[in-house]
Amino acid sequence: MSGTAIRANDFLQSRRSFLRVATTAAGGLFVSLYLDFPGFAQEGEPKAKNFPPDAFVHIKPDGAIVIQVNRLEFGQGVQTALPVVLADEMDADWSRVVAELAPAADVYKDPVFGIQMVGGSGSIAHSFEQYRQLGAKVRAMLVAAAADQWKVPVGQCRTQSSVVYGPGGRSAKYEALADAASLQPVPATVTLKKPSEFKLIGKETRRLDSRGKCDGSLKFGLDLDLPGMKIAMVAHPPMFGASPKFVDDKAARSVPGVMDVFTIPVTRNGTGVAVVADKFWTAKQARDRLRIDWDISNVEHPDSAQLREKYMQLSGTAGNVAVTRGDLSALGHATAADRIVAEYEFPYLAHAPMEPLNTTIRFDGNRAEVWAGSQFQTIDQMAIAEVLGLKPEQVMFHTEMAGGGFGRRAVPDSHVQREAAAIAKHLAGTPVKLVWSREDDVQGGYYRPMHAHRVEVAAGSDGMPAAWRHVVVGQSLLMGTPFASFGVKDGVDETAVEGAADTHYDLSNFHLSVHHPNVNVPVLWWRSVGHTHTAFVMETMVDELASRAKADPIAYRRKLLRPDARKLHNVLDLMEEKSAPWRNHLPEGHAAGIACHESFETCVACAVDVSIENNRPRIHRVTIAVDCGVAVNPLTVESQFQAGVSFGLSQLMAKGAITLKDGYVEQNNFDGYVPPYMVDAPVTVDVHIVPSAENPTGCGEPPVPVISPAVVNALSRLTGKRYRSLPLVAL
Amino acid sequence: MRSHNTRNRWFSIILALSAWPILVSRAAEPGPDTAPTRDAGLAAWQQVYSVLTHPRCINCHTATNYPQQGDDRHRHTFNVTRGPGGKGVPGLNCATCHQGANADSAGVPGAYNWHLAPLSMKWQDVKDKILSSAQVCQSITDRSKNDNLDGTGILRHHKQEPLVLWAFDPGRRRDGTARSLPPLTHDQFVAATETWVEAGMPCPQNP
Amino acid sequence: MGTFRLHVNGQVKEVNADPGTPLLWVLREDLKMTGTKYGCGISACGACTVHVAGIATRSCVVPVSLVGDRPVVTIEGIGNDPVGRAVQETWISEDVVQCGYCQSGQIMSAVALLKSRPKPTDANIEESMGGNICRCGTYVRIRKAIQAAAQRLS
Repeated sequence: MSGTAIRANDFLQSRRSFLRVATTAAGGLFVSLYLDFPGFAQEGEPKAKNFPPDAFVHIKPDGAIVIQVNRLEFGQGVQTALPVVLADEMDADWSRVVAELAPAADVYKDPVFGIQMVGGSGSIAHSFEQYRQLGAKVRAMLVAAAADQWKVPVGQCRTQSSVVYGPGGRSAKYEALADAASLQPVPATVTLKKPSEFKLIGKETRRLDSRGKCDGSLKFGLDLDLPGMKIAMVAHPPMFGASPKFVDDKAARSVPGVMDVFTIPVTRNGTGVAVVADKFWTAKQARDRLRIDWDISNVEHPDSAQLREKYMQLSGTAGNVAVTRGDLSALGHATAADRIVAEYEFPYLAHAPMEPLNTTIRFDGNRAEVWAGSQFQTIDQMAIAEVLGLKPEQVMFHTEMAGGGFGRRAVPDSHVQREAAAIAKHLAGTPVKLVWSREDDVQGGYYRPMHAHRVEVAAGSDGMPAAWRHVVVGQSLLMGTPFASFGVKDGVDETAVEGAADTHYDLSNFHLSVHHPNVNVPVLWWRSVGHTHTAFVMETMVDELASRAKADPIAYRRKLLRPDARKLHNVLDLMEEKSAPWRNHLPEGHAAGIACHESFETCVACAVDVSIENNRPRIHRVTIAVDCGVAVNPLTVESQFQAGVSFGLSQLMAKGAITLKDGYVEQNNFDGYVPPYMVDAPVTVDVHIVPSAENPTGCGEPPVPVISPAVVNALSRLTGKRYRSLPLVAL
Repeated sequence: MRSHNTRNRWFSIILALSAWPILVSRAAEPGPDTAPTRDAGLAAWQQVYSVLTHPRCINCHTATNYPQQGDDRHRHTFNVTRGPGGKGVPGLNCATCHQGANADSAGVPGAYNWHLAPLSMKWQDVKDKILSSAQVCQSITDRSKNDNLDGTGILRHHKQEPLVLWAFDPGRRRDGTARSLPPLTHDQFVAATETWVEAGMPCPQNP
Repeated sequence: MGTFRLHVNGQVKEVNADPGTPLLWVLREDLKMTGTKYGCGISACGACTVHVAGIATRSCVVPVSLVGDRPVVTIEGIGNDPVGRAVQETWISEDVVQCGYCQSGQIMSAVALLKSRPKPTDANIEESMGGNICRCGTYVRIRKAIQAAAQRLS
């Protein structure tokens, strides 16, 4: 809900308080006092580990309760879910709750990762406890304030729906108590509700941002408008890392409304040409009129066909070892009939969120203000500060509502923010919105990497895998980034093998290794990361083994899963039960496809009903079972799975691949890189949540890994063919 | 006398040769008393056929529930469909994108009443393979299929119909390049149609 | 540059713009109406859908010079129409949106469908909504919300 220009100075208060008076023209957008606190470096673990309640909750005089959400909202529903958690413990009147996306500040860092971010499906998992504590503390302070005023024991007070009730019929509204409450000491510990006491957590709660998104009033980053703001676009090199030899900007500058044309650094030590103009269309026209002679002589020219060949070759040799247990001798003695050798290929994938990337910055010399729909506020703030020669605390960073992300807005090198900062620096004083066109987005890199897998399995006499050798080839996401120390060990980037290395299948003779080639294409995590390809391989290979053993695919998985994989067993069982009515009565030309997978600590099993229409898979129905611990908002969980599987089907689209030829990306918009439309998505999806009292785990990414293998498993049953090369071009 | 005959013969030959261009262009406008021959009509029909089967025309004369796009005549992107009247469906009409004139700044072609030709006027089969000259000729002259047009009606259609005129002024693509044009100019197309009509709209025999 | 008189949501608005400027950018930047979204610029995604003379129109490919005096209705104005209002309400009651960026266009397309076909079949819905992209993938709930709106209006 951010999006208006705010001056942090307007909110300097002499003391911290829960009570904030709206003073902006926009009416009510408030920025935490904690931003102005000097010496509040944005590095490392958050200093404010106690998460002061008044940074998160503000009760307005009219009773509105404004809750700061410490993460970007980009569709996943966190802007509703975290306030639900806090409001429940606080006993707030939900109808008065307003959620805002917190700007970048120390107090809003993820408690586990130590930076302000959203990703890894960790929002609820990491902040559930945190927001419960916050809500409970605010409630305790309100009660303490009331008890003080009434001179009654705290124990004789109770709360309900933004009112404190005391003995003798006394009551006081939260907004009347807020000032006094903020003078109370923040309790060190609080008692949290028992699950039986939840009023909101676990119930279906509709999103807070729906109406604004349905009537055009809610502003995304791209919608921002500031007085005097200019629009910038950048002509990026056609190959990553290249620079112009010569720029002829005469025609560009002659377009009425163009302000300036100049070069700026872009990703991989390249140089781009920035155009600044009064409007988007002007900037685009001007950029189109630039005549640039690019020097592509000293950058690598990646080519998908060549990479494919190279990756296939590499996959035939062992790489850096990720997992080795048992021995592979069974592979040596297996007959041809009992030995499967499967080679898989996966292309580069663009995230292509609906809202193209954009960032707005105003640089005033000794401070800057930024508006961006960022998944990585801490990191982006640091990068912008670096480019502008400022300290991070001199950069006021507003988090805007974002039109999708899927990982694209969490970039370790902050390349888009750096472009915007370089432009803002050039324009010192004038606010400028950098806009990436859809073409920039499709061609701009930061893709899910290309991968090859080679799997050799020896099937035992019982039909189960007796030995499993697995080689993965693909660029490393983490090497060369600040995250390398977390996820790279012995030359293995764990994000490339997650989902296979940690498989719950009982593979006692298992060897998994990986090659990480260096390619001149920037790569990035794409919703569910390594699971996007490992789950496909694991679940299609297991399905193939089940077929060979003439076993039911669910029963086979049950047998192959380790007995202690309790959650996976549970979802398999629940999926089997809920899909039985239709799975056992499929019409002619339909087949069922099964897959199950754990990712980000959430376990998912699915069954799909597929037929072939117009040479494409037609998905009539998906039945999902999920174990995600406590489902804070079952409506969100259902939404994530119903929609997330449609996103996952991006991998199967006939034109769902980014390819390069002689260094050039071949696609440039949704006509060449085609995402799923309604006809490509399942007609219905029913979602069943395993009842659980365990800590919540994520639902953002877990829908993605299971859907492609499930659909392909159904197709294999219909056609008898194996599909190991994505995207699915022909059936 | 011999020389006179020789001279006359040469004279006739030269006259004939020099009249050839006149005869060809005359084929476009036969004199009021001389209808073109059947052969001239068939030749004119081949010219008409070459235009009808050019992408600018045939992309909307499909046998399927979708139009085609581009010189490679691929299926129109974005899941657009024919709809009951050949104008698309509510929410995704032809007019959803195609306006009354070319939108060169967006790379989208346009003309008055942009829509698909009816299925009765398909010039390709359901596998998008272009029909033969004989098949198209039969179809185009079949009054139960062609909106009951006689020769005059067909000629008027070729002369005046905005979508036909569009094919000869098809605007620019998104990348700024001009769309390719049919093999004849509009004037030549009309002239060839006229010759064919006046020859009695003969159709080739071999399918 | 040219001056254009546009009829938008019942009001007459005058703008100065390059004639080739797509209606989308005139709405967003000249008229400051940002409810209509930019998703692709090539009419592939439908995020820019408005109604022009009652027909769902992809404003990113319509130059402002070709609009003329045809009435334009955007997401900001569709709530004044009973069908528009019903669609917005069921979009909310069915909790359709995720990131929401495509939904202005989805709603405008859905309204065009329902105004033309008050009782659409599943096949009608799929055909009419078949050109709108939702990257989050809310298609299942979009189908449901359209049926719910049809119910509400009947």
